[in-house]
Amino acid sequence: MKRHLLDAADLDRADATLVLDTAAQIDQALAGREVKKLPTLRGRTVVNLFYEDSTRTRISFELAAKRLSADVINFSAKGSSVSKGESLKDTALTLEAMGSDAIVVRHGASGAPHRLAHWVRGSVVNAGDGTHEHPTQALLDAYTIRHRLGRLDGVRVVIVGDVLHSRVARSNVWLLSTLGAQVTLVAPPTLLPVGVGSWPVEVSYDLDAVLPKADAVMMLRVQAERMNASFFPSAREYSRRYGLDAHRMAALSDDAIVMHPGPMNRGMEIAADVADSVRSTIVEQVGNGVSVRMAVLYLLLGGASS
Amino acid sequence: MTTLIKGARVLGGQSADLLLEDGRIAAVGQRLGVTGADVVDAGGLVALPGLVDLHTHLREPGREDAETVETGSRAAALGGYTAVHAMANTDPVADTAGVVEQVWRLGQEAGLVDVVPVGAVTVGLRGERLAELGAMADSAARVRVFSDDGHCVADPALMRRALEYVKAFDGVVAQHAEEPRLTVGAQMNEGDLSARLGLTGWPAAAEEAVIARDVLLAEHVGARLHVCHVSTAGSVEILRWAKSRGVQVTAEVTPHHLLLTEACAQSYDPVFKVNPPLRTDEDVQALRAGLADGTIDAVATDHAPHAVEDKESEWAQARPGMLGLEQALSVVVETLVEPGLLDWAGVADRMSVRPAAIGRLDGHGRPLAPGEPANLLLLDPAARAVVDPAALASRSRNSPYAGRELPGRVVATFLRGTATVRDGKAVR
Repeated sequence: MKRHLLDAADLDRADATLVLDTAAQIDQALAGREVKKLPTLRGRTVVNLFYEDSTRTRISFELAAKRLSADVINFSAKGSSVSKGESLKDTALTLEAMGSDAIVVRHGASGAPHRLAHWVRGSVVNAGDGTHEHPTQALLDAYTIRHRLGRLDGVRVVIVGDVLHSRVARSNVWLLSTLGAQVTLVAPPTLLPVGVGSWPVEVSYDLDAVLPKADAVMMLRVQAERMNASFFPSAREYSRRYGLDAHRMAALSDDAIVMHPGPMNRGMEIAADVADSVRSTIVEQVGNGVSVRMAVLYLLLGGASS
Repeated sequence: MTTLIKGARVLGGQSADLLLEDGRIAAVGQRLGVTGADVVDAGGLVALPGLVDLHTHLREPGREDAETVETGSRAAALGGYTAVHAMANTDPVADTAGVVEQVWRLGQEAGLVDVVPVGAVTVGLRGERLAELGAMADSAARVRVFSDDGHCVADPALMRRALEYVKAFDGVVAQHAEEPRLTVGAQMNEGDLSARLGLTGWPAAAEEAVIARDVLLAEHVGARLHVCHVSTAGSVEILRWAKSRGVQVTAEVTPHHLLLTEACAQSYDPVFKVNPPLRTDEDVQALRAGLADGTIDAVATDHAPHAVEDKESEWAQARPGMLGLEQALSVVVETLVEPGLLDWAGVADRMSVRPAAIGRLDGHGRPLAPGEPANLLLLDPAARAVVDPAALASRSRNSPYAGRELPGRVVATFLRGTATVRDGKAVR
């Protein structure tokens, strides 16, 4: 593994598989244990540096670090020196001076973790940057698909919705392709980036046409502000054309799964009965997120050699 | 003050001596001899008319921590410039006779280059109503170039009025061509790479649409239009078409758009964040060809100094802009002269003669001939050096060329016969 995890696009097949395999070993090691804790990162300090609110991601990383016995510091930009105008660089140097070994950063600006990695000696984990990437989300999605379907090679994954603004979609495109899956993006043309033609994916505007062949359908969250910016005419039209309801789900093959990175807009991109169906992996994804993030921290912080 | 320059290659041609006397070129010839003159050995050096920049940000008044008229003037002199147009987006904005006169006087006091203020087209650069263009034209600063640079005059009716109004004093409107509704949140060139990096795209069409609109307006009202920092192949095509129709349109390209591509953004290092953004290799080739065939009239630096804290940040938070004055000629040598696209006469034309003509500067962009103002530079075309930001004269350090080896070294610059740079160092 490299020192940082900044992009899923940078992960080669061996490294990505190593993370997934390590997560599986961690799951096995903790299975059936009453105390779900390993001593691996005792004495290490992990900082969760969150410039954007994201309770579920922060808690997932916090839990991952704590289950590895690391010391965890949660640093939220709100109410901190950052809100008084401190720069990202100064914040990073301050945290490093306090002895952090890894900084898990969530930031609204694409590339912020890359900049951070220039300024600190410790490891940097990208926990979502702007509209760029969210690599641990893609790793947990890949882990979930592999766990449910038994493989990634040749698996047909359909990603539906706001690809343009989605760091989850970007990370999944690169990681799943690296791991041998076939990715199809489905969205209105307004929600696909101009450069999507160069990505290793197929593109469709027609959800009904691609569903029958899908092994996994990943629904993306639609942000409310997109509805007022003419990316599509109305929530109702979006939901009709690109929402996953029970009727559409019936077009899926019997063992296909339904995924969502959360939080969901029930009734918008995904119907409640679909979200709660046995095919849905949404809750499972959350649990897998902790295991995958444990694997990432373990591998980056040299847990293997300690 | 008498200076005798011995053995310079005048525009790269035959070597000749130049005698500078009383601010003018007194003689050009072989084996000139004058007693008591300051003698400059210019063997192997190319003599060019002093460069004229149409597009410099000097930051004073308002952001003297990033640059002052004096530090910017020194950077300009070291780059071989004898005149620079100071853009209007200062604080306060240069939208009144008072502010343009202040900038002009600061330039006079620095005495390193002629600082020619650009006046804002609209009050506060807000794009709502015309600034007092006539008062700025009539001021001591004698403003002839008007620009809201940094902002596009997006309202077509207001742009039309501006183009018409400045005809009264032979002015020109220099447009920052950017349709703002197509570039909301834009961070870099829109395309494959922006999609991958998750940085909002700045589409080429946002520039091209405004240029197309403005050349039609300029043609309709018979006015002079200048297009700032052209960055796309499509823009070059539109300009070529407009010129073929006889539209009074001129255009500039920056050194960084002639050399660098959007690939620089992959580092997320904001030193490469600029507006308009760095484009693709195809655009760079089209810009070089457009400058070589004269479709693009001038190289203009868009020298944009920024304090460290305004650049050492996340990409999205960083201010756009990069330094340009000290390396512009070197970049032109690398991208056009060495590949054979432009000879030294062409360099003089695009970096001195035409910019001076666009800005209606009488004393600049003149031939190196007897009787002409002694505004010139001496360049060692064989020298190569690695750019060290710490060694720059600008008060800022945001050079996109840091660590890059570039050809050509300005050995001396003369403003009206007085050296502002000797042996590659600023005299003051």
